[in-house]
Amino acid sequence: MSREVSVATLRQIGGNGVANAAARKRRLAVTSEGRRPGWVSYTILTVVILISVFPLYYAVSIASQATTDTQYGVPALRPGSGLFRNLSTAFGEIDFLTALGGTVLVSAVCAASTVLFSTLAGYSFAKLRFRGRGPLLFFVIGTMAIPTQLAVVPLYIMMARLHLFGTLWAVMIPGLVTAFGVFWMTQYLEGALPFELIEAARVDGASMIRTFWSVALPAARPAAAMLALFTFVAQWTNYYWPMLILGPNKNAMLTVAAAALKGARFTDYTLVMSGVVLTAFPLIVVFFFAGRQLVSGIMAGAVKG
Amino acid sequence: MTATPVAPDKPQQSPRPAHDATLERRLRARGRRGRLDVRLSPYLYISPFFLLFLVTGLFPLGFTAWVATRQWNTITGDGGVAVCGATCGTTDPSVLANFQWVLHQPAFWDALRNSFSIFLISTIPQIVAALVLAAILDANLKAKTFWRMGVLLPYVIAPSAAAIIFSQIFSDQSGLINTFLGWVGISPVPWHANTLASHIAIASIVNFRWTGYNTLIFLAAMQAIPRDVFEASVVDGAGRVRQFLSVTIPMLRPTLIFVIITSTIGGLQIFDEPQMFTQGTSGYGGPNRQFLTVSLYLWDLGFNHVSIGQPNLGRSAAVAWLLFLIVVVFAIVNFLLTRRIASAGGAHATKSRTKEVAR
Repeated sequence: MSREVSVATLRQIGGNGVANAAARKRRLAVTSEGRRPGWVSYTILTVVILISVFPLYYAVSIASQATTDTQYGVPALRPGSGLFRNLSTAFGEIDFLTALGGTVLVSAVCAASTVLFSTLAGYSFAKLRFRGRGPLLFFVIGTMAIPTQLAVVPLYIMMARLHLFGTLWAVMIPGLVTAFGVFWMTQYLEGALPFELIEAARVDGASMIRTFWSVALPAARPAAAMLALFTFVAQWTNYYWPMLILGPNKNAMLTVAAAALKGARFTDYTLVMSGVVLTAFPLIVVFFFAGRQLVSGIMAGAVKG
Repeated sequence: MTATPVAPDKPQQSPRPAHDATLERRLRARGRRGRLDVRLSPYLYISPFFLLFLVTGLFPLGFTAWVATRQWNTITGDGGVAVCGATCGTTDPSVLANFQWVLHQPAFWDALRNSFSIFLISTIPQIVAALVLAAILDANLKAKTFWRMGVLLPYVIAPSAAAIIFSQIFSDQSGLINTFLGWVGISPVPWHANTLASHIAIASIVNFRWTGYNTLIFLAAMQAIPRDVFEASVVDGAGRVRQFLSVTIPMLRPTLIFVIITSTIGGLQIFDEPQMFTQGTSGYGGPNRQFLTVSLYLWDLGFNHVSIGQPNLGRSAAVAWLLFLIVVVFAIVNFLLTRRIASAGGAHATKSRTKEVAR
């Protein structure tokens, strides 16, 4: 029975009047359409959201202090008046615009590349039959267990040999494809794209690539959007690899710039925290506007296997 | 032209006039092209991924194994087969020398213990909390999107940035937590100096970032469970807790396995949080290695440590391989355990249902 049917059932029960009130109540208690959460649920959620927001508030609060001796003073729970002065100092010190530009570029290129190639491969694995399909897919999923650290040493040597050390290329290249992306798209397309649709397109005379372009790609859109956002966020918040490969070029990306500020000015916590606020802020703004899609995207592209 | 991409050798097109040679030739050419199209396309579509993956994923894998047997310096490059030296009392070059050297280091064992400790303190509460939160969010809440977004918010904060913030909150001298503990009459906890306390603090950074993410993954899977299963369980007299344990959890099995395994893989590789948790400049897991993790140790050996030993990428690579083996063993153990736990509560009917949903 699908969810729609159970809604209809509920309506029907509702229509039968007072006699069925007890049964209706019982039924309402189970289904998500009817289960009215009590104050306990709302209290738990409120606490969770306060915990989610608090560290950010605290960072802003420290960043706004006028003095630099917050380390030994009373914790800054109330914002001070120095926020803009501190932010502009940090803005100059980490060359914010360069770092932002580098981060946007790397995140966008990696997201675009991962989505395109994962959708292509995922479509093949989910809907086309070819020799070696099973083992290859198994192999892709198996490689998801490989820690990133395993590739760090050789990638470092490779990038140095290619004279890419310290460049954004070196940051970007290892993130162009992910095994997770292929797994994700395969999972999604297996469920979301009926064979009949592909067959219909083929009968109508569409070539393989045309079928992919006008049938598979539109069907993959919710999961592709999701994957794009995941990849984008993952690259944006990535620190380990950029820190290693950017070397002295520390202002090329936001996470590395914020960490470098901490390394250089660790006694001046108002400034360090201003740097953290500055570097976290752009993605929070994006989240504020795209969060709705992000959330509904997770719901659409649920990992089912 | 073939009818379906699944079976390339479907009957040819509709009857055609035998006398029209040009048309026939054209149709045959088209059919041939179509068959080739069908046969080659799948490989064409997976090849960009595999080519890039070969360069950035597979080749490095083999290369790490090679580097792990050598003495390899960031400055001077390959220096021949590795030698263990005084640590293990032999100066003979050996392909296993780097592994031997690493296994002789107390720091490695400290790092391993810390990684496990932080991983356990973070993963278990995180997954339990995510499951409960998902169950709450699965109900018919007012302002659903608001709650979901709020729960997911920490996900967009970089772990390194979160670690800097939490390092202040958990500051030993006058951090927020210690000040608060002072108010209620508890003496300050040395969050950076004490081993277990630092693990708890670091685990809380991990939990801060990932609980909401896992919650939404669970929530998505919960919403895919057919509602009549719940109704049936109520008819059978199950309460809400019983329903959660005997219906929801078993039905979530595939997702549960997925989340637990990805958390394991990520959890054993923790780097950003301990590196940035340090107060001061040295990013090396605390003065007494209280929160040195395996990843941090790997980085320090190969890229950070400047002393007589010089940064040694070979030893770093050996640590990477040891970490890989541990992760694989853990992923397998986890998989088997989770499968058992998740299926213990489910009836046969539910199990077959799960497969249906999981397809």
